[in-house]
Amino acid sequence: MTTVHIGCGAGFANDRPDAALALANDLAARDGRRFLFFELLAERTLAEAQLRRLADAESGYATRLFDFLEPVLETCLAAGIPIITNGGAANPSAAARRLRQQLQGGRFAAARIACVVGDDLLDSGEVLQRWLPETLDGQVVSVNVYTGADGIVQALDAGADIVLCGRVADPSLAVGPLRHAFGWQAEDWDRIALATAVGHLLECCTQVSGGYFAHPGLKEVPDLANVGCPIATVQADGRVTIGKAAGTGGCVTERTVKEQLLYEVHDPAAYLTPDVTMDLSQARVRQVCPDLVEIEGIRGHPRPAELKGLVGLRGNWFAEAEISYAGPGALVRAALARDVLLQRCARLAPQLTPWIDLIGVASLFNDARGEWLQQRLADARDPQDVRLRISFVDADKALLETLLLDAESLYTNGPAGGGGVRRHLSESLGTASFFIPRTAVQQQVEWF
Amino acid sequence: MNDQVLLCDYAHARAGDKGNILSVAVFAYDPAHYAWLVAELTVERVAGCLAHRRIGRVRRYELPNLGGLNFVVENALEGGVNASPGIDRHGKSLSYALLDLRLPAPS
Repeated sequence: MTTVHIGCGAGFANDRPDAALALANDLAARDGRRFLFFELLAERTLAEAQLRRLADAESGYATRLFDFLEPVLETCLAAGIPIITNGGAANPSAAARRLRQQLQGGRFAAARIACVVGDDLLDSGEVLQRWLPETLDGQVVSVNVYTGADGIVQALDAGADIVLCGRVADPSLAVGPLRHAFGWQAEDWDRIALATAVGHLLECCTQVSGGYFAHPGLKEVPDLANVGCPIATVQADGRVTIGKAAGTGGCVTERTVKEQLLYEVHDPAAYLTPDVTMDLSQARVRQVCPDLVEIEGIRGHPRPAELKGLVGLRGNWFAEAEISYAGPGALVRAALARDVLLQRCARLAPQLTPWIDLIGVASLFNDARGEWLQQRLADARDPQDVRLRISFVDADKALLETLLLDAESLYTNGPAGGGGVRRHLSESLGTASFFIPRTAVQQQVEWF
Repeated sequence: MNDQVLLCDYAHARAGDKGNILSVAVFAYDPAHYAWLVAELTVERVAGCLAHRRIGRVRRYELPNLGGLNFVVENALEGGVNASPGIDRHGKSLSYALLDLRLPAPS
């Protein structure tokens, strides 16, 4: 009976490129069909990638794509482990051309590189006009539809060693290999839901194997600094276990798996993807042995008739400035600095409401009106180290620059002993979602 | 009055974001505490601990097989990762806003 092992080597664009090496080595030593995927896209990433492509036609794939591929490429090609990634981002074919060039003349010059495209509707004219929201806040820089696993299946069926995709849905990166390896039909909803659960559990990489989990004293994770990439092992009869690469830190427990199973899920009975409507409501987890957890009870229902798309929008800027106060009276001095900035902002930019945090008193849970901070100030004890943070999101870049410099002027004009000013201003790309009939989007496989 | 306990000592949680919608899944450490979680970790209490965010609708989904509750809170992220001026634009840390709740102790 076929056994399939799928490993995930990255859970987002800025994940650790050196983590996948132990994963590739582990997979290479396993019997059965093996696949490795990298998940490198988030809501904003495509808009950023599209801007890079506009500036340079041979750019626009995930910036660190090759940092992820290079450490594992030879191991995977030598062991017959296909690599699948959505790191093609806004320009999978440019990534494919670079990879082809890199492989030329070497041991793996004949490797088959496939691109899965069709998700990018930026230049689709009529289609766009018909389905895009009527009012959008900003300049449209990217339009991508979350597409499913069909293109990946097609590419793997045709013998691809590396599959570079644009915006396929994250779990489809596992659905594709599982459909290919087991010959599961696209409308075998329970099987596709199972495959989607595998993809969903793996797509944030170490978040299922001990990353983003540790809480000393309550939830211990061994050797977190060396946390290992996860591997799902799937049998043709639908049995699934989640484990991790040998010789790494971290842990796979019922708790780590449960947290990730519900991660970013709304209604657990109806998690919508391009491939299926996944039903997690009856899911169970069971620790089989250390670092191995079995999942069962995943059900599937027909996939949605429409696909979700995201429009990337340009026009806003994100501005932040910070200054710290420490020692005796740190809080009263920081609070005075806050009052000064509120008055200055009312004079320089009366149309804007600054967001102000006092880090050390209230910041992460704070709100746009500062109500949370106000409540915390009322019962704050005597913090000895408080960092004021002021921030804005607005379209007027020059005004924001002025306001950040004004915050820095607390050095000479503010309360005593303020130090450590940092300013940060970056483009704040927005997104808006839309829905489009799946018949309006055609996925294609291209070979390089 | 019952004794109050800190939810963090009885449950673990992870937050996720989609646009301006926050989701937080909360799981009892001890499966025997699931019924207590269902009884005490109500939509009203969760809405209360995020009220300063001027949140919208809060939905709660029960997951008895996993010993957990999944909360979906609309309009909780001040615009979300692409629009919020906040320090944690994703709202990743808000799992601990829920875990900071004090609830009547389980019997």
